[in-house]
Amino acid sequence: MKPLLNVGLALLAAASVSAFAVTAPDGYELVEKGRYIATLGDCTACHTLPGKPLFSGGVAIETPFGELLGANITPDPATGIGRWTFEDFQNTMARGHGRNGKQLYPAMPYAAYTKVTREDNLALWAYLRTVEPVQNEVETNQLPFPFNVRLSMKAWNWLNFTEGEFEPDADKSEQWNRGAYLVQGLGHCGSCHTPKNLIGGDKGDGTLKGGELQGWMAPNISNTAHVGLGEWTEDDIVQYLKTGANRYDIASGPMAEAVEKSTQYWRDADLKAVAVYLKSLDHEHDKPEPLSANDPIMTAGRSLYEDRCSACHTPDGEGIPTLFPKLANAPLVNARDAVSMIRVVLAGNRAGSTDAAPTGPAMPSFAWNLSDENIADVLTYVRNSWGNAASAVSADEVRKQREALQSQ
Amino acid sequence: MKDMTKKLPATDVVVVGLGWAGSIIAKELADEGLTVMGFERGAWRDTASDFNIASVTDELRYVIRQELMLRTRQNTCTMRNKPSETALPMRTWGSFHPGNGTGGAGNHWAGITFRFQPEEFRLRSHLVERYGEASIEGLALQDWGTTWEEMEPHYDAFERVAGISGKAGNIGGKVVEGGNPFEGARSREYPNPPTKQTFAPVLFADAARDMGYTPFPVPSALASQAYTNQYGVTMGPCTFCGFCTNYGCANYSKASAIVNVLPALARMPNFTAKTHCEVLEVTKDSTGKRATGIVYVDANGDRWEQPADIVVVAAFTFENVRLMLLSGIGQPFNPISNTGTTGRNYAYQTANSVQLFFDDKNFNPFIGGGAIGMGIDDFNNDNFDHSGLGFVGGGSTRVTPIGAAPINSRPVPPGTPKWGSEWKKTTVQYYASSMSIGCEASNYSTRNNYLSLDPHYTDPHGRPLLRITFDFTDNDLRMAQYVTDRTAEIAKALNPKMMFASPRKGPWSNTSYQSSHMVGGFVMGADSSTSSVNKHLQVWNVPNLFVVGASAFPQNPGYNPTGTVGALAFKAAHAIRTYYLKRPGEMISV
Repeated sequence: MKPLLNVGLALLAAASVSAFAVTAPDGYELVEKGRYIATLGDCTACHTLPGKPLFSGGVAIETPFGELLGANITPDPATGIGRWTFEDFQNTMARGHGRNGKQLYPAMPYAAYTKVTREDNLALWAYLRTVEPVQNEVETNQLPFPFNVRLSMKAWNWLNFTEGEFEPDADKSEQWNRGAYLVQGLGHCGSCHTPKNLIGGDKGDGTLKGGELQGWMAPNISNTAHVGLGEWTEDDIVQYLKTGANRYDIASGPMAEAVEKSTQYWRDADLKAVAVYLKSLDHEHDKPEPLSANDPIMTAGRSLYEDRCSACHTPDGEGIPTLFPKLANAPLVNARDAVSMIRVVLAGNRAGSTDAAPTGPAMPSFAWNLSDENIADVLTYVRNSWGNAASAVSADEVRKQREALQSQ
Repeated sequence: MKDMTKKLPATDVVVVGLGWAGSIIAKELADEGLTVMGFERGAWRDTASDFNIASVTDELRYVIRQELMLRTRQNTCTMRNKPSETALPMRTWGSFHPGNGTGGAGNHWAGITFRFQPEEFRLRSHLVERYGEASIEGLALQDWGTTWEEMEPHYDAFERVAGISGKAGNIGGKVVEGGNPFEGARSREYPNPPTKQTFAPVLFADAARDMGYTPFPVPSALASQAYTNQYGVTMGPCTFCGFCTNYGCANYSKASAIVNVLPALARMPNFTAKTHCEVLEVTKDSTGKRATGIVYVDANGDRWEQPADIVVVAAFTFENVRLMLLSGIGQPFNPISNTGTTGRNYAYQTANSVQLFFDDKNFNPFIGGGAIGMGIDDFNNDNFDHSGLGFVGGGSTRVTPIGAAPINSRPVPPGTPKWGSEWKKTTVQYYASSMSIGCEASNYSTRNNYLSLDPHYTDPHGRPLLRITFDFTDNDLRMAQYVTDRTAEIAKALNPKMMFASPRKGPWSNTSYQSSHMVGGFVMGADSSTSSVNKHLQVWNVPNLFVVGASAFPQNPGYNPTGTVGALAFKAAHAIRTYYLKRPGEMISV
């Protein structure tokens, strides 16, 4: 009897290997690895509504072309990805093809995720299979005609998409390569921080030079002086991503969400790798001459700044570390587009909060007590004081934002 | 109505009140890993949402209409001066300002954060030893059942949480130049240096120093610099905006539970805050020796029972005592037989002042903050020889210009018309050229000053209101006259054009603001026949119930209470973490 039993067990084992090839080698470790990869990729940002079951979808994603909804990626067979195979999933991550070849929109950042290794996708897939299945029908495509025609994405891909896993640069350190892999792949930093062309694809030479999205400016996060992270040390970058705040700035807007949901949970070594990589990217930048302090717009702006802003941001624009952002010599202040600044002055904003920095300070709205011209003047003053130099803000830009915000 | 009460699943800890004391205990016990539910009768308040820098400087809203205070329709007190009188309800706040909502009265406080002195914790013994029994005849002074050495680490913890700005006067027994030489030996310097001073405090300090006194910066919960506390939350430096006492702080500068504790606590998965939930009683089992939880009413008027292993009552003084009376915890105090402990030893700070008017000075009084100033303690507590003076006690003398907002800040000499052109002219003349020296003095308990349930008036839930029976005693009035005379001597040295001294006179009334420093009624001590809680704030004979706050003070020294309230909160949390959890259900015996 004994030998036979052994044969039976061996057969059983063989069967389970073929049926669960993905998880069998070491289910626990693979799933845990996948859980971390899901954190690195910030999957919840688009696939989990606050207060709703994990990954059950329905989060609205604004694009310049209309609205998309994040899909249900729980293993529910009818409304989630329960019937998918790993190869379906690999295809999605690497090529932007859903099951049965359905073409995804690049709001699902497959242009970045294509860099993710098959090995990492195996782990992520193993983790996604462990999530509780939730029946929740989500019609992801809410776009108006003609953008709702998925076929159009074929042309988009031809113009904007290069498929292929990340290839390490043998001349660089392992740490640099890890950072590049995270920034370009799972972190999909370029989705916001790389400028986009008219149809929403990355501009060729613009890697992480800053992009505009939905009324925010995602700043230049390369090592560029004046407008980028030139002044920041690697440790500053790590602290920012880990806590949401450092001596220069506090994460707010879409970045607050990225820190709260994703980067605060990244491993220190990964954050350090990201910092090393970002500090290695440099772009040419000609710092403009600031406006003269005697310019009438500057003197008007200065008075407004002293009355309305200096109590928190301090009279010399230095701010208070981790509480009130530094405005002096600040990359976001010097950004080519002042849209984020206009937005927070008009609408106010609450910074992100993390376990490490729980304060979550807020900037109040000044829409009710500053005119378009006031806001233009004070922002022009800030953008041209204390080492800053950037184009003046016009009252017209403020008016347009005010109208856009009011219509929301 | 009881039948309508729905029972909820049990939790580890229930904390009643989310002001300073409740928030600190909830945080410390949540850090211990316990599941904690905090109950607050008012709203959730949060700096970012509630104290917007563009709108917070609204005197009408916060001072005149008292937005941060408890509404008297929700709950108030009845008051009388003597046991022979019939008490009447306070329908508007006058004498004091009970808070409401998370942060409690610790939102609208001034931020003055003294430690009590070592002698205070054994005040009765100390005075008897120094002056004999006769010196305290007629007073109900008591020792606290604890010592300075036991209190010091908890004062230190509170100062770190609140980021107190000040200058030590005594580190490890060594007197430090520039600080308060009368303070007890502290383990280390304040977490932040003193704030800068405005003109009036500097003038006062110079004159006091010339007269041989020892001025020091008033210890302040208004941060002098950016500060991040042990919970990771950050304060910004005070801007001296002048909208401080009675206001919330928009700059994250004035320490409060909502700035310094709740942002860290609220994100903990094992903490839940229940706001707009008023706790009606602490429930007990049939033996009466175990608290089983609380009953509360939510914003819909629904009643719920929340069972818990540990109940911490950390509301304001009044509500702590009232909840104990309503829940039948301890025997109500009876002034005739001098028995019972619940309601015993109620005391209320004695406030005095001297106002000065100048022709040749400009104080820019709009610059200021609740706790920015200079003080002396030469005439506080027992820092001076009381032999032959006919009283015990004293006061903390100081100049802390809180700001001078346009509606209420109209300093005019007595006798000026209350309205019209003469009043306007005099306002203009003295708005910037007057200052005031305050003397926040002790109030020593007596048998006839106590708290009880009112026999006539009830709250919207039909429960009796708390009745205050209180008046200033001869001891306090003599003390008030003495310390105000000393204060006036310093005022005179400043050579004002006119000065007016206002020593506290009886009787106590609700017509003008005095302070919100009401203490006692559920006091701590070593003897269960004269105290309600032991030195760990644990209720005698109900070991899983802790009652924390200024209600535990057996009398009121010449200091603001909040520093000690914070220290007691840390003390109780420490006792629960270190001792109680090892032997739950037993009185702590260490």
